[in-house]
Amino acid sequence: MTAAFNLNEKNYFNKMATKKEKTPPKLTLEKTPTGIVGLDELTGGGIPQGRPTLVCGEPGCGKTLLSLEFIVRGATEFNEPGVFIAFEEKSEELAINAASLGFDLGKLQNDGLLKIDHIYIERSEIEETGEYDLEGLFIRLDHAINVIGAKRVVLDTIENLFSGLSNQAILRSELRRLFQWLKDKNVTAIITGEKGDGLLTRQGLEEYVSDCVILLEHRVVNKISTRFLRIVKYRGSVHGTNEYPFLIDSEGISVLPVTSLLLAHEVSTDRISSGIPVLDDMLGGKGFYRGSSILVSGTAGTGKTSIAAYFADSTCKRKERCVYFAFEESPQQIIRNMKSIGVDLDTHIKKGLLQFHASRPTLFGLEMHLVSIYKTIKKFKPQTVILDPITNLITVGSVSEVKSMLIRLIDFLQAEQITVMFTALTLNTIVSEQTDEGVSSLVDAWLLVRDIETNGERNRGMYIMKSRGMKHSNQVREFVIRDSGLDLVDVFLGPEGVLTGSAREAEQLKLQAGHVLRDFAVGRKDKEIQRKRTVLEAKITSLKEEFESVADELNKSYQEEDLRNSVMEKNRAALTNIRNNKEAATGKNRKAN
Amino acid sequence: MSRKKNSDVEETEGENVQGKFVLRLFITGASPNSSRAITNLKNICEANIPGSYSLEIIDVYQSNDIAESEGLIALPMLVKKYPLPERRMIGDMSNTRKVLTGLGLVPQ
Repeated sequence: MTAAFNLNEKNYFNKMATKKEKTPPKLTLEKTPTGIVGLDELTGGGIPQGRPTLVCGEPGCGKTLLSLEFIVRGATEFNEPGVFIAFEEKSEELAINAASLGFDLGKLQNDGLLKIDHIYIERSEIEETGEYDLEGLFIRLDHAINVIGAKRVVLDTIENLFSGLSNQAILRSELRRLFQWLKDKNVTAIITGEKGDGLLTRQGLEEYVSDCVILLEHRVVNKISTRFLRIVKYRGSVHGTNEYPFLIDSEGISVLPVTSLLLAHEVSTDRISSGIPVLDDMLGGKGFYRGSSILVSGTAGTGKTSIAAYFADSTCKRKERCVYFAFEESPQQIIRNMKSIGVDLDTHIKKGLLQFHASRPTLFGLEMHLVSIYKTIKKFKPQTVILDPITNLITVGSVSEVKSMLIRLIDFLQAEQITVMFTALTLNTIVSEQTDEGVSSLVDAWLLVRDIETNGERNRGMYIMKSRGMKHSNQVREFVIRDSGLDLVDVFLGPEGVLTGSAREAEQLKLQAGHVLRDFAVGRKDKEIQRKRTVLEAKITSLKEEFESVADELNKSYQEEDLRNSVMEKNRAALTNIRNNKEAATGKNRKAN
Repeated sequence: MSRKKNSDVEETEGENVQGKFVLRLFITGASPNSSRAITNLKNICEANIPGSYSLEIIDVYQSNDIAESEGLIALPMLVKKYPLPERRMIGDMSNTRKVLTGLGLVPQ
């Protein structure tokens, strides 16, 4: 359904675009802006000018209000006086009803911008005696239009004539004449009609009013009622064909058009911080793109709201505005809880930078949520929007409805260059990695906070599943919430795998202990070496000494030897001398012999 | 406010005594329905209450604002002002029986 719807929208816009390019100004259908928020975008400028438009629907779906707002906006915003022919309510009743929407009918009437005429037929008072016509109505209408120079006319609800008068043939031909007459008068008219069985109106008015038919519906799904508007036909103009939810509040009707599915919005290369420096580092060092959509998903109690609060805080610290839509907790609760991690949201609220909008998802239908978000954003013009959490919306709509709502919301926000952060709860039972709203494909950045349970302990691990258009870390970080705030810690990658929490701490301690032990061991070894060296050196010295003593000894013996030798030599010489002398004597003796 | 008065009526108008019918017929110019209504009504009155009625014929085209003040929608319309209760009849008065019932001349 969503896909088809997207396609339609795209075609529609392509057509719109091509049409805009070649507009011969003469030939286009002139349109009268209704001044109703959203309806003019839906119809491409308003309802056909100078032609009647049929607004039909069940009782209580807002037909009278829509037509009344058409007249009032015309008078106040476009300076087009209007005539309101009321077949159901008296002028005073209408005035009271309109006052609740902030419209002062009395003043407009005095200013000549509005004329209310109450037309009332009581069947029992009137006897039909033959052929007649509704010329009286024409005359009254003509008179009213001429008196104030009306450009807009509302007939609410003309079918009441059928209960007052019985000659259907006459009524039908007269109505046909009336609508033709309104065209001839060149007034833009809204005719309201009650929805009938199988027909858009009970009396088949659509037969006569063929230029533009708007159907209002009021549906109750899951005990939650939502009003829808659909343009059934619009001759000579392209228009949104889907059902659009609309809201009636103190400012009148607002229709939320899904006109932003153009996928052609401006993009920004501006980067904004997530408020958590380490997270910014993981996102290429600069944080998210402005105007992007960020999904933070995780199981219960993983700190999604804390991340959102940090983001809001950093937005406000940049002096930008932020709207926080809380679907689970009250603002006070969030403020108190965030104070515990050092985020002071209160001051931002006081400065007018932060706004909280807390509502239970079941307060009203999904579409109403969308409309109210839309209105709030239009009014406050924030740079950042936080929806916390989107998961709860599933209680008021089906998955595909939530998805289609979020598509529209994201598109609207991106067109407005507003950064949006959603938080989503993933349930452990659901196939992991998939947010149950199926929005993961829509968002630009997806942070996943996961429980990592080991050794009877639960820790939070965070990683970036995707982040379009930027370099981002693929590492799991441990996400730590302390009194001082949020922090992302590198997980411990040990031989046993990824460790977190106390296991990480333990491993780190173990590592530290190891260091100390090793240091100690190294120290001891060093000392031993030192000692060994000393011993060795001592040994070397002693050996040297020994050597020297040996050398000395040797030397000594050499010297002794030398000495002995020299002495012996001397002795021998002396002896020789002695001998020689003796010999000489003896020789002489011998010679003598 | 200009009113076209029927010449027949003028003679009885002055002497608007009790028991006389006071009738007011709103028409739209010379449309077929209007002409028929005038003729039919006159015939009925002449046949049933000759001389004891006053008939005022008002052309709504001539006085635009009377349409709102009188709450006119379907035309032609005959208003029986007197005798009370006031009754309103619309149409070209071709259904004589209904006209007579409306005038209170025939019991319902």
